Amino acid sequence: MANKKVTIVDTTLRDGSHAIRHSYTEEQVAAIAGGLDAAGVDIIELTHGDGLGGSSYNYGFSKVSEFDLLTAASAKIKNAKLAVLLLPGIGTIADLKQAQKCGATAVRVATHVTEADVSAQHIYAAKDLGMMAVGFLMMTHMASPERIVEEALKMESYGADYINLADSAGYLLPADVKARIEAVKNAVKIPVGFHAHNNLGLAIANSLAAIESGASYIDGTLRGLGAGAGNAQIEVLSGVLKRSGYEIGADFYQLMDIAQEHIDDIMLRPQTIDNGSLMLGYAGVYSSFLLHVYDAVKTYELDPRDIMVELGKRGMVGGQEDMIIDVAYQLKQNLEK
Amino acid sequence: MAERIKVAIIGPGNIGSDLMYKIFRSKHLELAMMCGIAESEGIKRARSKGIPTTIEGVDGLIKDGDPDIKIVFDATSAAAHLKFNGPKLKEHNKIAIDLTPAAIGPYCVPVVNLKDLEEAPNINMVTCGGQATIPIVYAVSRVAGAEYAEIISCISSKSAGPGTRANMDEFTETTAKAIEVVGGADKGKAIIILNPAEPPLMMTDTIHVKVKDTSVPFETIRDSVEEMVKELQQYVPGYILRVPPVMEGDKVTVIAQVEGQADFLPAYSGNLDIINSAAIAAAEKFAEKMLKEGSNA
Repeated sequence: MANKKVTIVDTTLRDGSHAIRHSYTEEQVAAIAGGLDAAGVDIIELTHGDGLGGSSYNYGFSKVSEFDLLTAASAKIKNAKLAVLLLPGIGTIADLKQAQKCGATAVRVATHVTEADVSAQHIYAAKDLGMMAVGFLMMTHMASPERIVEEALKMESYGADYINLADSAGYLLPADVKARIEAVKNAVKIPVGFHAHNNLGLAIANSLAAIESGASYIDGTLRGLGAGAGNAQIEVLSGVLKRSGYEIGADFYQLMDIAQEHIDDIMLRPQTIDNGSLMLGYAGVYSSFLLHVYDAVKTYELDPRDIMVELGKRGMVGGQEDMIIDVAYQLKQNLEK
Repeated sequence: MAERIKVAIIGPGNIGSDLMYKIFRSKHLELAMMCGIAESEGIKRARSKGIPTTIEGVDGLIKDGDPDIKIVFDATSAAAHLKFNGPKLKEHNKIAIDLTPAAIGPYCVPVVNLKDLEEAPNINMVTCGGQATIPIVYAVSRVAGAEYAEIISCISSKSAGPGTRANMDEFTETTAKAIEVVGGADKGKAIIILNPAEPPLMMTDTIHVKVKDTSVPFETIRDSVEEMVKELQQYVPGYILRVPPVMEGDKVTVIAQVEGQADFLPAYSGNLDIINSAAIAAAEKFAEKMLKEGSNA
């Protein structure tokens, strides 16, 4: 396995956007994207945390339009691919075309793990536009490896350049990651990647398990900035991969430097595993629900853990932030009865 | 006076079959033809109920259908409605109720704007999410204005057919447009989520409206929404509010649930039930008018 090349995908400017409530400015993204590019990161993802078109009441409004942010970032990028996330049902092909005009060269089309067929339209469009297209399956803890294979094969058939499996709830244990990555790797002809969340403190361990099981693209963020307890901390991941004998394009020291210079100051809260994040991982709930649950708790005076357990029981999927209000309202009604 | 107006359905799939059962319950409509393009399950089902059928699509309807057929439901695809069904129905002077995203004619959300469309030869039923949310947007905008309205529609994976899945953008873009045109919001946004939970979840719809006039008392907005829900329930009995209007600053939020009537499709397919129920409500209104005019003549 030594000297195997691993492609680093930085999503500080996309998943990290959740942790700072979508408040990135043009100056911030220019500095961070420029730094990541200079450090040798292969792919830099930038959009609202919920992808193109995510700016909304449901997911939080962006301080600055993602198209302006893309333009600012692309001006500083010389080598890396600038990627956007697109969730069919939220973002559209019209948004993708606009993003391309602003400098995006790749798109990750994300669907719930059992719903890959809704990505066909967007993957076809991306290929027609000459963009790299990634099939991105979310909440992979909610389906068996066999089912995930079926969905990955669909995305491959639409023309995806690689398949990314996301542990969106930070729920998977290393053995679960291994089973999923191996199954998909054995079934598809394209590369496989992995996106971790740290809700159970396993983001780095799971990322390493994914790579050892055949994944060659790996997601991370500076300082781990991301939804819930955050993602695999990219500077840590780089150190771990170097120690493990993998070849990564990015410079370890430079990544540490960008994190210290540009991320520490913009963090709204330390990216630790607080009780709410731990419950996300434990109950299998979509990580970006965290801050919305904290908001609902203020309005409805409830224990955030009760809301998360109920969301988990109901089988809510990514994007259903509106159901936090529903759950909070129903729990409050029951308490008052 | 003639008791019922003759109608036909083009497209004998899930939507068409559910429409058929709804027409059987209608006081003013009589199903006079089911049109398909193959000897399908839906065609056989209609025939077994004694309904004349054709497998030559809209051409079969024009050639062999009862000339008294006045209203035609199109439950095929946007492409078929644009290229064939829409123009041919117009040529032969039949009112088209378009359940595809083609939207040749104006958007119709019966409880909001049917009264303005009585002369329209072709109306479009927007989307399932539009039928479930635009009445609420309108209920808020008519009393307090709406600078922005956003809806999140969640349907069970099992009730999202291949047409919806192959074209998610059609749903979001059409619904957003109709939130503006029919709902009265300056800017509309629509989000759709498919949830695969088992047993399948009921359709839920969240509506957020940013009001223009914050001096309007909350009670006025709440009463307007409640009145709208009562009117809507006349043709969609399974429509309820899970979360009644709540207001935070200038934002009104409502969460609705739609349980289907299970005419042909399961109860969790509230999304399909509401668009079909809206189409039937529109047809009944047209039929009522025709019957009235007929008896006066």
